[in-house]
Formats: sequence, structure tokens, C-alpha cells
Amino acid sequence: MRALFASVVAIVLATVVFGFAYPALMTGFAQVALPHQANGSLVRADGRLVGSSLAAQDFTWPRYFHERPSATTPPYNPGATTFSNLGPTSPALAKLVHANAEAILKLEKPYNPGLTIHDIPVDAVVPSGSGIDPEISIAYANLQSHRVAAVRHLPLATVRRLIRENTWGRTLGFLGEPGVNVLELNLALDKETR
Amino acid sequence: MGQGVGQILFYAAVLIALSYPLGIWMSRVYTRERGDVVERGFLRLLGRDAEGDQSWRRYGTSVIVFSIAFSVFLYGLLRLQGHLFLNPDHLPAVPWTVALNTTASFVTNTNWQYYGGEATMSYLSQMAGLAVQQFVSAGVGLAVLAAVVRGIARRGGGVGLGNFWRDLYRSIVYILLPLAIVLAVVLIAQGVPQTFHAHATATTLQGAHQTIARGPVASMIAIKQLGTNGGGYYNSNSSVPFENPTPLSNFLEMLAILLIPFAQVVMFGRMVFARRHAWVLYAVCFTIFALGVSVAFPSEQHGSQVLRKSGVNITHSAQQSGGNMTDKEIRFGIANTALWATATTDVSNGSVNGGHDALTPAAGAVPLVNMFLGEVEPGGVGSGVYGLIFYILIAVFVAGLMVGRTPEWLGKKIEAREMKLAAVGALFVPTMVLVMTAAAIVTPAGLASVFNPGAHGFTETLYAYTSQSNNNGSAFAGYGATTFSTTLGTVALYFGRFFPMLAGLAIGGSLAAKKVVPQSAGTFRTDGATFGVMLLGVIALTAGLMILPALTLGPIVEGLMH
Repeated sequence: MRALFASVVAIVLATVVFGFAYPALMTGFAQVALPHQANGSLVRADGRLVGSSLAAQDFTWPRYFHERPSATTPPYNPGATTFSNLGPTSPALAKLVHANAEAILKLEKPYNPGLTIHDIPVDAVVPSGSGIDPEISIAYANLQSHRVAAVRHLPLATVRRLIRENTWGRTLGFLGEPGVNVLELNLALDKETR
Repeated sequence: MGQGVGQILFYAAVLIALSYPLGIWMSRVYTRERGDVVERGFLRLLGRDAEGDQSWRRYGTSVIVFSIAFSVFLYGLLRLQGHLFLNPDHLPAVPWTVALNTTASFVTNTNWQYYGGEATMSYLSQMAGLAVQQFVSAGVGLAVLAAVVRGIARRGGGVGLGNFWRDLYRSIVYILLPLAIVLAVVLIAQGVPQTFHAHATATTLQGAHQTIARGPVASMIAIKQLGTNGGGYYNSNSSVPFENPTPLSNFLEMLAILLIPFAQVVMFGRMVFARRHAWVLYAVCFTIFALGVSVAFPSEQHGSQVLRKSGVNITHSAQQSGGNMTDKEIRFGIANTALWATATTDVSNGSVNGGHDALTPAAGAVPLVNMFLGEVEPGGVGSGVYGLIFYILIAVFVAGLMVGRTPEWLGKKIEAREMKLAAVGALFVPTMVLVMTAAAIVTPAGLASVFNPGAHGFTETLYAYTSQSNNNGSAFAGYGATTFSTTLGTVALYFGRFFPMLAGLAIGGSLAAKKVVPQSAGTFRTDGATFGVMLLGVIALTAGLMILPALTLGPIVEGLMH
């Protein structure tokens, strides 16, 4: 009984302190000191909310760089993230990779005649972990640059420059892997061709 | 691969450099006689249970009663969230089987998740329910460890192990909370949301609507990592950019996984006045960790069979990380995902920054084996080191048999009672895992949860019960929630937590009562490399051998398939 009484008191205290005071304190601090990050790194263009630099979105138009595949429903859904959970020997994965590679070849080949399946980087054909990975590899961005430059009537060098400008490098120069933020790159392109 | 290896070595160096001073600090926290003003007020408020030293039985009773009471509270909260406040997206009650499993999962420091957080849990449930448990269950683990260690260290003067409530207070206020605040601030700066605003709705560049889930995320992620909890805000856990936006946030979250566990080995050494012995343990844990990484990283970089055959480019270069990128994120690449998968299962964390179901067979076997060994490398906050003590006792016992003497450890004779308890502690959970896996494989109700076909489906099942029984919480996430799997899981969670915990406390109580025997020439030394090798051998031969037959049915078959 003594233990039960102590437990009930402790539960109330713990819930008040760690359930409310601690997150409220952190939220108060975050909203004052770092409001952009604290509210989801939202991106606005012409005053309109167009997404978050931390979430992929569905790009299908040829004038845009495309994201990696996503396993969420619908694709690139930051409201219900998920892995694909396809195992390393899964026939479903083999089918998916094949279909994605074919689609990329069909889309890009007209602008890049020498392209073969061996030029497609792996991240372009397999789902990301979150389903909303905001980045693609530099290799996949370069592969798409021929199409985007042609469709937008931009010199390839300009598109490549924009890729470089929107590449998030390794933190401190050696942590993690570099990647290209697709939403930011596409916004930069829209600005360039306006 | 060189770049990846460099990142892993840097991680290891920072881990060692920080865990040492933290361990010293922790040993001071638990040995300080007089508490601060708030502590004294808190204990007075709790009444008589919070007074004085407790025997191992009373200590254990407080732990169990507290855990049951908190379970009832949490279950109620999850069921009633639809009628409560802080639910801006109007989420309904959590279904009862899932609520039960989730309650067990968070109270036992596991954080196995049969639900997608952002689409199931209200802000209130995440914040005032689940995140509270992430502090409390971790605090309970640390408290129990402090008690067990005190028992071992006792040199006469009573058999008390300390007071649970006091240890709980100190674990949280002096260790978990300060670290969590620092980590949360850095994570927010890196881009992890911390807000009470509802989901944001954006209009994408192509004109579609996109709902962006957010909330008080950073405050939860910090403690989920530090307290070896692992349960994330979002379904895809720390692979989601909102939980883990940059390589720096990833580095710090990974550091938080192993920091307190390694520090508690240092703490143990100082509290029992056997620092050299503790360094041997540290080295053993580190060896298992290093072995895991050195299997997982190359295997993932080599890529899965499907990808190698497909013809796409999986070669590492300056432009891509290559390898098995399925269910992995660009910013982490192969090295950081393999490192995380190993670290998160060396201890009972279970958070992930990539999908484990998609790991190559060898890389998938690493977390499986890590967990099956009981997560003693060096294990969850608290639970890891008392788990390691079971193996130490067995190793000392085997060594005693070899030289024909009564085994001794840290000046105390190890006798039949301690050995029985150690055997229960070390073998109960692996046995339960194998029985449950078998039950889930031979029944149609169990098979309904399997997602991938063939040997990989078996691995999913084995992984699910290994993870829940050992209170890890990571998953081959294709494994689905059914009434059968959630119920069996609930049993695995509670038994896996409290059987070894009580065995640990009983050993502490038993050793506390023993007289110290002076060291002699015949004493088997536990502070040298010989003992380290011995301990590694015992770990491999007990739990390691138990999982081998199961491994041959899962990852090994899969690795051999063409």
C-alpha cells in the first residue's frame, strides 16, 4: 500500500514535470529563439506555403528534378512516413527496381542518348527510409540535369551550378554524405527561368 | 569505404572520451549521502515508502508496483485521447490491443511500435504519455542498476540496496534531464520541430496538397535516444528528416544511444572499487560493438543480391554512397546507417535511421545477434550492466570449476543461489524468445503478421520476439500488428523486463549479505585480458549458441540463396 501511494504521487509529479513543463519549456524556447526550425522548416514562395525543406514532394513534370521513390501512401506523405520493408532477396524489390530503372531510361534517354542502366545510381530506384527523403545523390541530380536544361532552355552549366549551390555537404566536412535538396533546387530553377 | 571508416572511428573516439567523465559523475550521483532540497521534499511527499534503505525485496516491490500503476495510467490515457485536450488533429482512441502493447512497450523501456506515431497518437499522448515513460522507464533501469551495484559493493553494515525513489529521482534529475535539455536544443537548431501548432498544409510546386506532420518532436527525440528508449514521433523513426535532419543531428543521436550505457560501465567500476575490472568489461563490450560494425558496414556497402543483379550503379563514389540504399536516407549513407543499426541493438535502444527489414542478410543478423545476447554490449540504461553481471558470474563460475576452487568475484564467494539467479537471468529471455518464435511460426494467427516471403519472413518473426523480449524495440517493420502478435508481444515485453530485473536485484541482495574473503594466490583474477576472453567466450557459448539454429533458418539461408 505504501508503495502504491508513493507510485500515485510519483506518477502525477512525473506527468506534470516531464509531460508538460519540460516540453512546454522547450517549445517556449524554440518558438522564441528558433521559430523557423521549430515549426517544420517551412518554405514559402510568393507568400504561399509550398512545402518544407525537410520533406520530399511529388515532382513529375519534366521541367523539375524528381525525387527518389517513396513507399508512403500517397507517395511523399509527411503525415504517414514509412519504410518499404522490402527484404534484400524480395522478388517485389527486384520488380520495383526494374520498373523504376525502365521509367528513368524512358524519361531521360531522349535528352541523354548514351544513357544505360549502369549509369543510374542506386538511390534513384529504391525507396528511401522515411519516404520523404528531401535529397537525391549528386549522381542522380547530374543524370537529370540534361533533361531539365533542355526542357527549360538553360545552358547545362547553369543547371549544374544550381545543383552545386543546393547541395548539402557533409557536416564539418566529414560527417554524413552529401546530397542535393530537390525542393530547394527546383525553387532555384523557377527563379532562374522567371 | 575509407571515408566511412573514418566517420566510425571518430564516433568511437568521441564516445570513449565522453563516457569516461560521465561515468565518474554518475558514480558520484549515486554515492552522495545527502540529497538536495528538492529531493528531500520529493521523498517526504511520497511518504513512508521513500524512507530509508530498502532490502532487495522491498526495492523490487516498489519497482513493480510503480510500473503496474503507471501502466494503468498510460493505458487509460491512450484509450481516452479522443476526448482529451491537445489533440488538434482529432485523432480517435488507440485500439485496445495496440494500446495494451504500447503501454507495455513504453513502461518496459522498449518502445516497440505497432502503430505509426504521427497518424495514431495525439500530441497529449506523445508528450504526457509516451515521452514521460521515456524518462521514467530509463530512470527505473538506472535506479535498479545503482541498487544492484550497491549490493555488490557492500562491505558489511546491513543488506539494504538503497531507496528506489531516491535513486529514481537522482537518475532523472541529475543524469537524464540535463542531457536531454542540451540535446533537444541542438536538435531544434538542426531542424527538429518543437511546436504545438497543428499539421501544416502546403500547396506543392505542382499544385498538390501536402500535409506536414509536426508537434513537440525534439523534446521527445532527445530522451528517446538518451534513455535507450527508441520510440520515435514518426513511424519511420530517426530516418525521418523531422526527427533527424542533418549528419550532425545523426551523429549526436547516435552518440546519445551509447553514451550512458558505456558510462555506466565506468560508474560500476568506481562504485565497486574495481576500476581495472571495469575496463576489461568496457573492452569486452567495445569488442562486440566493433565486431558488429565490421560485419554490417561492408555487407551493406556490398549491396543486396537484388540490387547487384539489377545492373544499376551501386559503387561508392564522390557522387553517391552506393551500396544497399533501400530504406536508407541520402544524408546518412551506408556507413552511418550500419553504425546506427549496430549501436541501437548493442544497447536496448531500438531507434533506427533506416529500415532494418531491408538490411542484407549478414547486416540484418548483426542486430538480431546483438539483441539475442541480451543487449549486454553494454546494454540498456541499467538493464545492460545487470544483464552483463549474469554473464560475469557464469564466467567466474566456469573459471572456478577449471581451477577447482569456489568461485569468487570482487571479494565475495559465488555460491549456488547466485548461480541459479544468474542462470535464470541469462537464459530465461532467450528461451522465451525461441518458444514464442516457434509459436508464431507454426500457427496461422502468427503467420498473418509476416510481410516478406520465405526465409526473410522467418527472420522478421524471430526479430520481432527477440526485440520485444529484450526490450529493444527496433523492428523488421514489415511485421504486422494482429491481435495474436500484439498480445504475445505484451507478454514478452513484461516478462523480458521484470524477470531479469528481479534476478539482478536478488543477486545484489544476496551479495550484499556476504562477508568479504581476502584475495589469495588462488583467486582467479578478473581484471586482466584472460578474463576478458573468458567472458566473451561465455557470452558466445550461452546465448550465442542458442540462437545459432534459428539463424540458420533465417539470415543464413537467405545469404546462401541465389
